[in-house]
Amino acid sequence: MASKSEKRKFVSGDPAKCVGCCVCEYICSMEHEKTYNPTKSRIRAVRLNPLVNLAIACRLCEDAPCVAACPRDALEQSEETGIIMVDEEKCNGCGWCIEACDYGAIQLHPETKVVYVCDLCDGEPKCVEWCPEEALDFTTKDILSQKARVAVVKKLFQEALKATT
Amino acid sequence: MFGYAGRILHVDLTSGAVKTEKLDKETAKKYIGGIGLGMRLFLDNSKPGTDPFNPKNPLIFITGPLSGTMAASAGNSYAVVSKSPLTDGIAESKSHGFFGAELKRAGYDAVIFTGKSDKLVYAWIDDDSVQLLDAQHLKGKSPHEAEIAIREDLGDFYIRVSAIGEAGENLVRTACIINDEFRAIGRTGMGAVMGAKNLKAVAVRGTNDVNVADLEGFTEFVRMIHERMKGPATRKYRTLGTPENVLVLNAIQAMPTRNFTQASFEGAEKVSGEYLNERYIKKIIGCATCGMRCDHIGVVPEGPYKGTTARVEFECLWALGPNCGVDRLDAIIEAIYQCDHYGMDGISTGVIVSFAMDCYEHGILTKKDTDGLDLRFGNAEALVEMIKRTGSRKGWLGDVLAEGTMRAAEKIGRGAVKYANHIKGLELPGYDLRTLKTAALGFAVSYRGACHLRSGAYSPDVKGKVDRFKIEKGRGKIVMKGEDVYNVIDSLILCKFSRGVYYEELEDMAKYYTLATGIKMTPEELMQAGERINNLARVLNIREGKGTREYDQLPPKILTVPVPEEGVAKGAVVNQKEFDVGLDDYYAVRGWTKEGIPTIEKLKELGLDDLIPIVKNKLAKPEPSKGKKKGGK
Repeated sequence: MASKSEKRKFVSGDPAKCVGCCVCEYICSMEHEKTYNPTKSRIRAVRLNPLVNLAIACRLCEDAPCVAACPRDALEQSEETGIIMVDEEKCNGCGWCIEACDYGAIQLHPETKVVYVCDLCDGEPKCVEWCPEEALDFTTKDILSQKARVAVVKKLFQEALKATT
Repeated sequence: MFGYAGRILHVDLTSGAVKTEKLDKETAKKYIGGIGLGMRLFLDNSKPGTDPFNPKNPLIFITGPLSGTMAASAGNSYAVVSKSPLTDGIAESKSHGFFGAELKRAGYDAVIFTGKSDKLVYAWIDDDSVQLLDAQHLKGKSPHEAEIAIREDLGDFYIRVSAIGEAGENLVRTACIINDEFRAIGRTGMGAVMGAKNLKAVAVRGTNDVNVADLEGFTEFVRMIHERMKGPATRKYRTLGTPENVLVLNAIQAMPTRNFTQASFEGAEKVSGEYLNERYIKKIIGCATCGMRCDHIGVVPEGPYKGTTARVEFECLWALGPNCGVDRLDAIIEAIYQCDHYGMDGISTGVIVSFAMDCYEHGILTKKDTDGLDLRFGNAEALVEMIKRTGSRKGWLGDVLAEGTMRAAEKIGRGAVKYANHIKGLELPGYDLRTLKTAALGFAVSYRGACHLRSGAYSPDVKGKVDRFKIEKGRGKIVMKGEDVYNVIDSLILCKFSRGVYYEELEDMAKYYTLATGIKMTPEELMQAGERINNLARVLNIREGKGTREYDQLPPKILTVPVPEEGVAKGAVVNQKEFDVGLDDYYAVRGWTKEGIPTIEKLKELGLDDLIPIVKNKLAKPEPSKGKKKGGK
């Protein structure tokens, strides 16, 4: 049986599909900040070149390094959902968590000056709903690995698959 | 204000002085934004008769009321307005990508650059902080290389950059301004005006909120547009892209080939959208906030140009391909890349090279003039080499062609004007005007010179809504409606690829505007704004000594060289008589005189009373009789 953490769903971008349009950023700021401002989005898109695009949000790490890095115990990871919760009273914007995150998924809010991170929109992430490319999945790591396995087997046996259809 | 930032930034490049002024609501509504408001600001900040390269010629970067919002295809846009070094008339061009949204978020509706820096600089706009920074290390860099270098210099990946390449620095009159690697302020030579100011780039970082009047309503409207963008209105752009036009236009003999000699290309299959997508297109990507994807990224898989990557659209593909007799997509992609690299308008560049090829084929240019280059139609290597020489003004011919087709033809002499395909100085795009005659009229009256995107007048011809082989009464109205709607689109700065998703056209656009700005706008008011903008542009051209009937003309080839090949279009050519019928009809529906001058009544009707002094003298004159000198004292 899958452990609790394996069932945690998070927002994952597919680099094969993402085109870097930033629609996710705009709808995220609209949902959380009631304005249009990508610099206040909890998901950020990166375009390295026309062919390499990816939007990145919190991946709900196991034993999240951002939580461990906080000297003021301002961050806590939900046992159930895996979401990183920020105690805005305790956070002083020191940025240790930002340095600890390998994905740039936790950021300093330009106005409140405390950190903020993806909260999965109460279980219905707006970015996933809006992504025009369906490049964002609201999924678990278990399902991601399943998909990768199915994809690789399909690729390995494409000739055999052709023969059977 | 909602939608608008409410601020206009003035940057004097001579002194480095910076100031802001407020944008008032009334002006905003009257001219919408984008090219409309841009041309109004141009009028208010320029003097008549200023040379485009004079420091006093203002260069205006301007956003639309929807820039910076989530508006699909409009949230990412900006325009540049100035006086064109190609036409010596009013110039405007739009671009999408990411830059426009950033400029709005920095808190500006427009940035007006005047003056000239004594050395190469770039403007660094970081919200309220505006600085001119040394750009001498960026000299000779392509727009994209400059973008990367600036991001590294300033240490911020999310800085957006709009820059010129070597062509702009060299005052190549067809130079463009490029943002986000391959989105261009392409037409009318705005990059050369920027180069004349010693302004290499505008770099922006904006972190402010962009608020709309009705956040929920606006977001729902955007959702609806996103849904429509998945439907039939955008199918072409999402699948084969605009190169789909290749076979469509070729089949009806509307595909200008070899500098508008033939109207169809025997190599069309090999440069078709179908062929391109199957072999070259690696990914289709999109601009910020947009729900559709149209940027077809082509990569050359093998051969001498292996690895070359460029965004491929019909116009550049046509100009550098069939128009130059070239049927090799690898070379066409390389040619497009070189245009982007030097920062030159791909349409104008293709037509300039095809003009030179035509001259070469007719013995007007020889190997002596080309420094040994065999400039025959179809010589792909010569095409690529000629682009490089033009961008760097290398050699006699490179330097001459850098002046644009009209001026190059004058410089070359020897009857070269017969092969110069431009209107008002701006090179023709890829529609054969001999077989698309509504387009012939539309392109001729366009205020920025030859342009398919000032009216879309090719559309009724291509779709068979009119008899495309003649001009008759009624075409004026079609052109006028197209122009006025396109003025609205370019002032809201909606992407024209998305125009089909506004099912109710002006009604949808008016709704979009009001949801964003909170300013009431009816479809009728919006249409009138479109008409106002066209009249404003016309009067601006008149102010510059252009903009009258004699400038609304077609190139010699369209008027004198019949389509030679067999088919439905064989023998087609525009004759002056039918063209005059078209002009008369157009001026009449516009409420202009026979000379194409807006009347005082028309200007009053449109609330352009302050423009009356500009046209008054022209109107007072009796109809000029030909052959006589202007009245002496």
